[in-house]
Amino acid sequence: MPKITYIEHSGAEHVLDVKNGLSVMEGAVKNNIPGIDADCGGACACATCHVYVDEAWTDKVGSKSAMEESMLDFAENVEPNSRLSCQIKVTDALDGLVVRMPESQH
Amino acid sequence: MSETNAGVVIIGAGHAGGTAAALLRQYGYAAPIILVGEEPIAPYQRPPLSKAWLKGEADAESLALKPVAFYAEAGIDLVLAVKATAIDRVGHTVSLSDGRTLAYDALIIATGATARALPIPGADLKGVLSLRSAADAEELKAALRPGKRLAVIGGGYIGLEAAASARALGAEAVVIEKEPRILARVACEVLSTFFTDYHRARGVEFEVGATVEALEGGASGRVTGVRLAEGRIVACDTALVGVGAPPNDQIARAAGLATGGGVVVDIHARTSDPAIYAIGDVTHRPLPHYSRSFRLESVANALEQARQAAAAITGRPPPVEEVTWNWSDQYDIKYQFAGVPFDVDEVIVRGDPATGKFAVFHLTGDVIQAVEAVNAPAEFMMGRKLIGQRQPISRSRLADPAVSMKEVAA
Repeated sequence: MPKITYIEHSGAEHVLDVKNGLSVMEGAVKNNIPGIDADCGGACACATCHVYVDEAWTDKVGSKSAMEESMLDFAENVEPNSRLSCQIKVTDALDGLVVRMPESQH
Repeated sequence: MSETNAGVVIIGAGHAGGTAAALLRQYGYAAPIILVGEEPIAPYQRPPLSKAWLKGEADAESLALKPVAFYAEAGIDLVLAVKATAIDRVGHTVSLSDGRTLAYDALIIATGATARALPIPGADLKGVLSLRSAADAEELKAALRPGKRLAVIGGGYIGLEAAASARALGAEAVVIEKEPRILARVACEVLSTFFTDYHRARGVEFEVGATVEALEGGASGRVTGVRLAEGRIVACDTALVGVGAPPNDQIARAAGLATGGGVVVDIHARTSDPAIYAIGDVTHRPLPHYSRSFRLESVANALEQARQAAAAITGRPPPVEEVTWNWSDQYDIKYQFAGVPFDVDEVIVRGDPATGKFAVFHLTGDVIQAVEAVNAPAEFMMGRKLIGQRQPISRSRLADPAVSMKEVAA
């Protein structure tokens, strides 16, 4: 299973095995990792699963849909490497992915 | 908080209750947590039941809030297929249907709502369904396939989402609504017209202003049609009743807690008893942005109140007050709405509904009270922010789609 490292805003690090096919958001939520709220459960409707993708991985996680782009455009503290983690599907190619969480999702 | 170390008892293992239990552990709560649910399965997400799950695009595992193993690992005692029957506020205990009595330091009522049944003949026929639980959804899904016809009674979100999913699965669908337009209670007329047209173009039929008199059954005891007041019968193989969901507040009322359109709570999700919280669909809660109280029925509300209760119980600062919001997926439409249209004196439509991308803003003076956005995430996100800030805006700029939402807010 691909390993994904989730780093909370506080610096606390969680390395998790996340099944292929789940989203990066689901990997955190199903393991009760704080910092990703995902209020809409992955419908790309709320922008509360915002993460910063580690620079080494920004190309590998694929590109944003127009919907995701617009939602992120109005989220707080957005950076060029910001993504909605519900829109990134876990595959073997993402083994080793590192994502960091913003201070708040609300 | 936990003087006796009895811990927290949560009654209701739905989206709200399950989230509160998980958050208490995230927030460092170390005493026992007991999560009691009437359904035989661990907490799961309900929104996909009428959307992705019904269409076969999501499985049971993805519905689950947490993997089953999580509860044991987190030290959460999950008690399923058991109902809480009474609260003893003096003794700080809850009685369960399995005969047990649980002590609590803090109690969270997360009992949700029950789909309203139609008080008409034939309501108990086979094939007359509601859509609230995973078991309901299984039954509905089995009935939706080519050659079958679904009658949806009640043109609200659940009914419309089910009609869209029925069409995606090749079944026919007819929506029967007693008001002159669908979504009458929850959306403005522009939206009603837009959704009616969108569904019609995809083969859904509508009967509006139609009073349902009875459900007709065949020899097999299964529903065959819906009889309207004028005597006409709308044929169907399955009828889905979606006419609202009153709060499950009986246990709170019996315990003498303040109720009225749900269990009355404050902005910390606390009831009239300081040791008892209530969260989710069962509550009647303050809306700080509007200086009023209201019963919200949404996941966003359930999650916000789970955060409020978990923060209060663990002594954390209260979470940021949110502007209420919700969403609906029908066909390829992403519909998002925020706020509540109280005291509205102007309605502004931004964009042309005919393009399938527009938003309707509801204002009091120059202040936005609510936004309904169809395939318009920028309008939804910025609208929601502006509602929260109570920031006056220029109506003419808001009405002009050529002016970006960032410029509207500037």
